Amino acid sequence: MSLFLISVRCTLILMLLFGLGYNLLVTGIAQGLMPGKADGSLIYNRNNELVGSELIGQAFADPKYFTGRVSSIDYNGAGSGTPNYAPSNEDMIKRTAEAVEAWKTDNPDVPVGELPIDLITNSGSGLDPHISPEAAEAQIPRISKLTGIAETQLADLVRKHTSGRQLGFLGEPTVNVLKLNLELDAKMNQ
Amino acid sequence: MVTAISIGITLLLVLLLARPMGLYMAKAFDYETTGLDKWFLPLEKLIYGIGGIRRENQTWKQYVLAIVMSNTVMILLVFLIFRFQGSLPLNPSGIPGMEPTLAFNTAISFMTNTNLQHYSGESGLSYLSQMVAIVFMMFAAPATALAAVIAFIRGMAGKPLGNFFVDLTRSITRILLPISFAAALVFIALGVPQTLEPTAVATTVEGAAQEIARGPVASFLSIKELGNNGGGYFGVNSAHPLENPNALSNMLQILLMLLVTTATPFTYGKMVGNAKQGRVLFVSMAMMFIVFLGISLTAEYAGNPALNALGIQHEQGSMEGKEVRFGVAQSSLYSVVTTASETGAVNTMHDTLTPIGGLIALSNMMLNTVFGGMGAGFLNVLMYTMIAVFLSGLMVGRTPEFLGKKIEGKEMKLIAVTMLFTPILILAPTALALFTNADTISNPGYHGLTQVMYEYTSSAANNGSGFEGLGDATPFWNISTGIVMFLGRYLSLVTLLAVAGSLAAKKAVPETAGTFRTDTGLFAAVFLGTVLIVGALTFFPAIVLGPVAEQLTLTP
Repeated sequence: MSLFLISVRCTLILMLLFGLGYNLLVTGIAQGLMPGKADGSLIYNRNNELVGSELIGQAFADPKYFTGRVSSIDYNGAGSGTPNYAPSNEDMIKRTAEAVEAWKTDNPDVPVGELPIDLITNSGSGLDPHISPEAAEAQIPRISKLTGIAETQLADLVRKHTSGRQLGFLGEPTVNVLKLNLELDAKMNQ
Repeated sequence: MVTAISIGITLLLVLLLARPMGLYMAKAFDYETTGLDKWFLPLEKLIYGIGGIRRENQTWKQYVLAIVMSNTVMILLVFLIFRFQGSLPLNPSGIPGMEPTLAFNTAISFMTNTNLQHYSGESGLSYLSQMVAIVFMMFAAPATALAAVIAFIRGMAGKPLGNFFVDLTRSITRILLPISFAAALVFIALGVPQTLEPTAVATTVEGAAQEIARGPVASFLSIKELGNNGGGYFGVNSAHPLENPNALSNMLQILLMLLVTTATPFTYGKMVGNAKQGRVLFVSMAMMFIVFLGISLTAEYAGNPALNALGIQHEQGSMEGKEVRFGVAQSSLYSVVTTASETGAVNTMHDTLTPIGGLIALSNMMLNTVFGGMGAGFLNVLMYTMIAVFLSGLMVGRTPEFLGKKIEGKEMKLIAVTMLFTPILILAPTALALFTNADTISNPGYHGLTQVMYEYTSSAANNGSGFEGLGDATPFWNISTGIVMFLGRYLSLVTLLAVAGSLAAKKAVPETAGTFRTDTGLFAAVFLGTVLIVGALTFFPAIVLGPVAEQLTLTP
């Protein structure tokens, strides 16, 4: 048999077995054993309406909510991305300088020296669901003033939604902004 | 301190896995009957039968021809799937066929184990294309490279080179498939989706509509990392929270990227019957890796002086383009691992790395010997080993020998030509693009030069990561990087397998007291010196104009 024919036949059988078969087998097992995670860790409210995914961040424009990372795609999960600003990019330096000015107006009680860098930088995915615990704490005085909820209560809430490093040493401590705001929302409606 | 512990434990796991994996691989490619046969032979027989493969040894020319022919056929078939995906099944989100130059680029990109992506997965590929075209190539491409390096090692050991189609099949059935299958299930347990449902639409807390793209990601992810492929299911690759939900999934990805490439020196040591020589090469590469990692971590923790000057709390380091769950430590480690292993997956945007962090990523790809990609990386290492042997031979005035084989004019000519491929494939197109397509550069100044150079370095080294600000979805970039990827892959495969063929045909010379030993610390030093001097001399001027100049301008 010619080399060309062997190549074609090999390609087709490998496509079928390892392109299609492998993927469908894993999908079948995943859907059978862990459907919640396999479908994207989606969160539903009491009326069974989809409110988001615990792994995908959301845009929070209203200052009475905790805000997340900067997202140039406005947390549109149909895609993902960043402006890919180099450290020397003028537009990025301008954007962060403006964010610092806005912080001074919106959060007069918290000095700029306590504004963590993750709050004014664009995440890698544009969908980062987390902020650092410090970034959540820095927003407590503002949210307390706007919602009337005591700062100690908010601090408890932040602590509740803070996850430490995995296994105690891997990664960074995080606060899930969507879950935190969902509970904040419930508290405001009480 | 926590940073040191987390990185230390991760690298310790890499170290513990390397040797057993290496010995397993040596066994997997042993044509004699082994205990593994009862598990894998039924599936392999099915493939041999349908593929029409006869299990007979090939000459180096037949082996090379089989690689080039089969890979070309695969590129053609996948090209057709991309073009017609709009009218093919398994397309619930209604994605149209791909534009021709983009389909050309993408098919070559995945066949050459590069996975440079000028499209965005969420919107550019149907579920059928993601599975039958992309995942298929994610198995076939690393399997091709692994087959090539195994054939090369057999040649050096003085054995017949083997049969390409048998090695291709065994690479998949005995190494890639079982490990990626198990890893995929772990990824799902950690939160990576695996579904054929279309994009979900949620109503957010503030009442807006939010689309959430998903798909069969976990099965894609495990072979992407294990096969040193690196192409993302989603546009931002492993920075996407659904493609890398937490620090544990991140660590598993790092282990998978390094598994085969750190094991290969041990496979080599076993197959040529000189375990110590394999260890010497492993340790040399590990030393380069550790030094590079240290530099990258220092630069990323120091952060961006221009932002730090705003007076904010910047203890976390440089966070533009990074994810909070990984922070600087896991992002920097990942960037070094993905470029050392020529995977090209990213969990942080490389365009946003500090200039020195970006320089380390670039250097890993230019040297292509800090472990390197599956198969192809170790081929490169063996090439540098022979150069080191040759130089040592010249210094002491004897005919150089390697594993008992004389290295003579014919081999050195082939190697000298091979050495020139990478610099030409990087620097010549970079110059061309700067002259003709400067308007596609997104970041002004010195960084713009780095953007262009990074794109071609990544293509030539078959890495696939990018400085993604570059406006690279144009016919010029699609075609030029397509050609660079193709040549970067196959030219050196052909010349190096020719060297293997020539060595295999030589009679072994008995070892004497005067033989220059290649399994000692002294040889490791000569090897490292060769790699660094050749690399530094070739790329130093370009690096000074790019990242080094940018760093110097970053004073607040």
